[in-house]
Amino acid sequence: MKKTSIEISHLCKTYQTADIETKVLIDISLKIEEGEYVAIMGPSGSGKSTLMHILGALDLPTSGKYLLDGQDVSLLSDDQLAEIRNKKIGFVFQAYNLLARTSALDNVMLPMNYADVPDEEQKPRAEKLLEVVDLANRTHHTPNKLSGGQQQRVAIARALVMSPTIILADEPTGNIASDQAEEVMAIFQKLNDRGSTIIIITHEPDIAVHAKRTIHLKDGVIISDEKNKKRHLIKIKDKYEAI
Amino acid sequence: MRLSKLIIGGAKNLFVNKLRTGLAMLGIVIGIGSVIALVSMGEASKAAVQTQIQSIGSNLLTISPGSQSSGMVRGAMGGATTLTNDDAEAIMTDSSITTVANVSPEYSSRAQVIAGKNNTNTQVVGVTPAYEEVRKIELSSGTFITEQEVNAMSKVAILGPTVAEDLFGEGVNPVGQTIRIASKNFQIIGVTKSKGGSSTNNDDRIFVPLTTAQKQLFGVKYLSSIALEAKSENVMTKAQNQVGYLLLERHGISEVSSADFRIMSQSDILEAASSVTGTFTTLLAGIAAISLVVGGIGIMNIMLMSVTERTREIGLRKALGAKKKDIISQFLIESIILTFVGGVIGIMVGVAGFYVYSVINESTFVVTTVSALLAFGVSALIGVVFGWYPARKAANLQPIEALRYE
Repeated sequence: MKKTSIEISHLCKTYQTADIETKVLIDISLKIEEGEYVAIMGPSGSGKSTLMHILGALDLPTSGKYLLDGQDVSLLSDDQLAEIRNKKIGFVFQAYNLLARTSALDNVMLPMNYADVPDEEQKPRAEKLLEVVDLANRTHHTPNKLSGGQQQRVAIARALVMSPTIILADEPTGNIASDQAEEVMAIFQKLNDRGSTIIIITHEPDIAVHAKRTIHLKDGVIISDEKNKKRHLIKIKDKYEAI
Repeated sequence: MRLSKLIIGGAKNLFVNKLRTGLAMLGIVIGIGSVIALVSMGEASKAAVQTQIQSIGSNLLTISPGSQSSGMVRGAMGGATTLTNDDAEAIMTDSSITTVANVSPEYSSRAQVIAGKNNTNTQVVGVTPAYEEVRKIELSSGTFITEQEVNAMSKVAILGPTVAEDLFGEGVNPVGQTIRIASKNFQIIGVTKSKGGSSTNNDDRIFVPLTTAQKQLFGVKYLSSIALEAKSENVMTKAQNQVGYLLLERHGISEVSSADFRIMSQSDILEAASSVTGTFTTLLAGIAAISLVVGGIGIMNIMLMSVTERTREIGLRKALGAKKKDIISQFLIESIILTFVGGVIGIMVGVAGFYVYSVINESTFVVTTVSALLAFGVSALIGVVFGWYPARKAANLQPIEALRYE
């Protein structure tokens, strides 16, 4: 039996602005096991990004329970949450969110600085991951000298550097060209093959078909949750074997 | 996160906004610079006063004539004629006085002095041989006034270096020449060494035998002061008391409060002078401290701006696992770098400013390490104090709100 990685039950999220109460997530219950590859889909405003933020311990639910590896996230302090984000979760954002004026290498090394990884280990690890995402010759480029696809691959390298068990990607291909998107999806597929739990937020069905399971959200409620029958598999290039 | 990385990262960030960083730093530079310069100036003038007073002799007690009370009316201090040669003689010989080594009765007044075509108005001091010892006079040439010359009312004079220069020009040894003091011819028998210090008063003098001054020049029977040399610094107070009671008795005064003279020790004068310069120094330091605080507020302003500007970056760092202390130290390091570098530049600017001042005023140029270290510490402290609030503000941002911030 597979280990349960994420378990949420009766989760609600409400935003309070002035006197208007907005219910973004309504009574969501969900289980994601280790090694799953899940696509969360839905139109904008459906609450999928909020759900991902809660899954990534960036935000806390208003009510309901969220167990991450059996641990109740709502009971943790800010610093404990920071540690979970650092060690268990790798984020890939739509807007890449790389540090400006900072080299690709330093960007990838950033999470290791917050985990006290010894200096001599940091550089080789970051370099190896940049090589894996095919950016070995771009290590000293700053984000403004990289294309969107290259920036997103730097962000993926950064997400992988702490060897997290869960990868959370919010519209990872939203801002990049389609051939580049294929590369990015190939990396995710390879990571999943290796055993990582992958959760991708997307509104593009083309992207969702890469996953093994698709969850549809609408107006804060899960409207469907099913296994993908026709999964699109990318032929993995040799260069990703190193992941 | 390791300190070296924090410092490099902080310096990089500050370098991006050179103008803004420079302006923020300028506040600290001006603050620290003025603290260093003004405090040093205060200390220098204090030291100058002290060395000058010390050079007169640290075992020195000076008796000045006080005002005489007649009924309710009190005359001006120092203008009285209550000290006489007999008083000086009594201090020297009375058996109750055990702590005084030397007594120097003095009478001084201003007079016109002429030498050839040159003339000057200067202080003429009538002295006895004891003056040399009591007042620590050193001669650059010639000899001091002798007992015989005092007894014989000789018309001999010793010039201070300023007078010698005024009358005979620089580098000329006037010993053996003749000058006219109040229309009487005096032979110059010596020149004193400069006493130094910023005040040249001690050098602008002419010494003549006491008897000559009293009888031949000014026609008085009293003294303008009596200088005493105590046997050691430890018996100053005792000497002050012994002499005080002797003079009270001699002058027929029963109450100390109505004494017609005043005995000042060197330490009294030193204290008075120090308290004046001390107040001055405190005042200057206060003004400088205000500019330092204003500089600190400038730093805080810049850091708050920086936190707002970098909200997304803070959110991202938190998403990647930065703990509160990581964010706090990141921003704190930046403000400390600002104030630290500003402090170093400020010290250099302050020292340079003080150097210019000391050259212009020919005063001593001594920067105390204490004031430099203090300024250094204060600037770093300002970085912590004024950087703390912005850093906390950054650390307390919720990661998701920070990430969403546009």
